[in-house]
Amino acid sequence: MKKTGAQILCESLIKEGVEVIFGILGGAILPVYDAFTQYPQLRHILVRHEQGAVHAADGYARATHKVGACIATSGPGAANLVTGIANAYMDSSPLVAITGQVARPFIGKDAFQETDITGITLPITKHNYLVSSAEELAEVVKEAFYIARTGRQGPVLIDIPRDVQQEEAEFIYPDKVDLPGYKPVVKGHPAQVRKAAKLVNGAERPLIIAGRGIIMSQAYAELKELAERAQIPVVNTLLGISSFPQNHVLHFGMIGMHGLDYANMAVQAADLIIAIGMRFDDRATASTANFAPHARVVHIDIDPAEIGKNIRVDVPIVGDVKNVLNMLNKEIKVNTHSEWLSLLNKWQRVHPSLLIRESSELLPQYVVRQIYEATQGDATVVTGVGQNQMWAAQYFTFIKPNSFISSGGLGTMGFELPAAMGVKVGCPDEMVWSIAGDGGFQMTIQELATIAVENIGVKIAIINNGYLGMVRQWQELFYGHRYVDTRLWNPDFVKIAEAYEIPAIRVRHRDEVIPAIYKAMEYDGPFLVDFMVEPEENVYPMVLPGKSLSEMMELPRPKRVSKAKPKALARS
Amino acid sequence: MEATKYTISMLVEDKAGVLNRVASLFRRRNFNIQSLAVGGSEQPGLSRMTIVVLADPAQVEQVRKQLDKLINVVKVTDLTDDDMVARELALIKVAATPSSRSEIIQIVDIFRANIVDVAAGSVTVEVTGDEDKVNSLFELLRGFGIKEIVRTGRIALTRGGASSKKIPSTKS
Ligand SMILES: Cc1cc2nc3c(=O)[nH]c(=O)nc-3n(C[C@H](O)[C@H](O)[C@H](O)COP(=O)(O)OP(=O)(O)OC[C@H]3O[C@@H](n4cnc5c(N)ncnc54)[C@H](O)[C@@H]3O)c2cc1C
Ligand SMILES: Cc1ncc(C[n+]2csc(CCOP(=O)(O)OP(=O)(O)O)c2C)c(N)n1
Ligand SMILES: [Mg+2]
Repeated sequence: MKKTGAQILCESLIKEGVEVIFGILGGAILPVYDAFTQYPQLRHILVRHEQGAVHAADGYARATHKVGACIATSGPGAANLVTGIANAYMDSSPLVAITGQVARPFIGKDAFQETDITGITLPITKHNYLVSSAEELAEVVKEAFYIARTGRQGPVLIDIPRDVQQEEAEFIYPDKVDLPGYKPVVKGHPAQVRKAAKLVNGAERPLIIAGRGIIMSQAYAELKELAERAQIPVVNTLLGISSFPQNHVLHFGMIGMHGLDYANMAVQAADLIIAIGMRFDDRATASTANFAPHARVVHIDIDPAEIGKNIRVDVPIVGDVKNVLNMLNKEIKVNTHSEWLSLLNKWQRVHPSLLIRESSELLPQYVVRQIYEATQGDATVVTGVGQNQMWAAQYFTFIKPNSFISSGGLGTMGFELPAAMGVKVGCPDEMVWSIAGDGGFQMTIQELATIAVENIGVKIAIINNGYLGMVRQWQELFYGHRYVDTRLWNPDFVKIAEAYEIPAIRVRHRDEVIPAIYKAMEYDGPFLVDFMVEPEENVYPMVLPGKSLSEMMELPRPKRVSKAKPKALARS
Repeated sequence: MEATKYTISMLVEDKAGVLNRVASLFRRRNFNIQSLAVGGSEQPGLSRMTIVVLADPAQVEQVRKQLDKLINVVKVTDLTDDDMVARELALIKVAATPSSRSEIIQIVDIFRANIVDVAAGSVTVEVTGDEDKVNSLFELLRGFGIKEIVRTGRIALTRGGASSKKIPSTKS
């Protein structure tokens, strides 16, 4: 039977298992929205800004391991997706973004709301399509989902001209894709695996750096087996958090610019780095010139282009983490590495990176710690970007797999709220905490409406320091305390939440923290807590830019709080 | 590290926008294209691209891997180390007077080039060969006054029996 392009799209989405799609409509996508009425099994969630749609789809994808979906109209709608697509691309998050385009006869004529979105998103998508007829639509959707979820995952965009949505064609959903230029490697090369095993079995101070690839491959058990069998300590990247339980005796924290002292020291002392599903980002390695100077490197990654890109590698293994570790574990000898582990344990005692200093003020680290205590780690934490993100990474103990969701590669402020929304939609029974910056929160604050209308029960903790805090920290340390426009004048977030009919409370004192957290958790629905924290708290440890992981700024500097004044309202 | 010339040969799907995807990748990754030639291949639906890049070995490795990641790129070969046949075609329009014309013809003959157009004040020379040959001819003709020149950029194939119908290279 013939169907319209719009119907073909909906049917194809259903075939791909899409249950939820986040978006905003407009002229060039109206035929698709009209078809939604015939497919009630597709839940459309109307967001308030397209950036919210794409972050929500991204959060949904990260939490569920399914492909996220979002939809927007042509021109401004499509352009508003760009930041979120770039964000998903950097962190290899699988999603399919659908955009309406002006009708075919108008393409290239600067027609009303025409934007070359396939051109714009070329460098920030794994692949994209401008659909030229209804006939090819089913095949394109099939390919798009296949590309998004296989190999190194990533975002794919499908741009559909309005008249293609209306055109009729026979609907036949292909059962396989034909992509001669796309054959992801998932199995590791046996000879490479053997070489790696030899290095691991011979190493005295081996160290696993666990990255987000483990989470994407859901290879938690395989990683644990490797670590436990040979007693190899595990550190992680920011996005590798929750790939390995942080309460495990072999776990030694996050590495990098704001990594823990002993984790970074472990990297610098190791004689073998086993890098698993991580891409040696510069925030993780600091200066590469002196990165892990004594170590040989085994690198397991699904993307051949990541091998040797930033760090020289001795034994590369291209493949899916789960597959490769299954092969590798068979060849790993039991070991104790007791000297190495007792050295690391000593460092952990001598450099207690995670002490919270004494203060009468409300400290952000304390807030995060109490959210952990209240949830006992049985929650998914979605962070903003900046100091709040680092404190969330450091002071929450992540035990549950895939319980930390954060914008790492792009560092997109405004991710916290819509991504948390997507996580909660994907995992309705999960306790979801959005740990937000007061700056970032305001970049996508409009999604409070979506959360309220759809009753998406996320718990929002604003780490309200009255600053673009991470930037202020840089101004303090590297720009002579000149706080140029990092001080924020903020609205009353409690009133704002209440205007959206979301219950909210403000917390100013330490003793109010725990009751507030419980109140939020006990409430059946979304809840906001505005934590008024010490404004000029810094994130430590810190590896200064250009320095190596061995050169950390460990101890908080003596407090010298200047309290820059926020810009006054012009009318007052 | 020392930058050298590398010749990358690719089989790509013959679809709209593929050239743009390739060129855009070079720009975004900050790789420099020296020349690029594209045309049909022996396989229907596939085109062959020859790209010459100036890069160090690590860079060319990245170029190759990143190109391989493009969905529409079916196969990437780095021909530099292979035994390859490489050619370039150039058209050179040289100023010519009745007195200089025979001298030009003599030079053209030595290079086994052809004269493809003769006009009142000029002749157009067609030359095929590697870049050195084209450059040498150009140098010799320069004295007569070059009016215009156009070059195709390098095209290349592997020498001998190897064909590109091997299994497409794996990618991610
Ligand atoms: C303010 C700020 C501060 C930061 N500070 C730090 C810091 O101190 N330390 C730190 O580590 N990071 C930090 N980051 C994050 C950093 O920018 C990177 O995002 C992060 O290091 C990337 O971690 P990753 O390599 O594990 O994950 P990704 O960037 O997601 O890379 C995953 C890798 O795994 C591979 N992969 C994917 N799927 C598979 C599979 N199935 N099998 C095998 N391989 C697979 C991919 O090809 C890729 O190479 C910071 C970010 C911000 C915004
Ligand atoms: C969209 C965007 N714009 C600018 C930046 C640069 N930036 C990084 S951290 C930061 C401050 C974030 O402030 P806030 O959300 O209040 O978090 P805090 O660091 O105070 O916890 C800024 C502006 C960014 N990462 N993203
Ligand atoms: Mg702030």
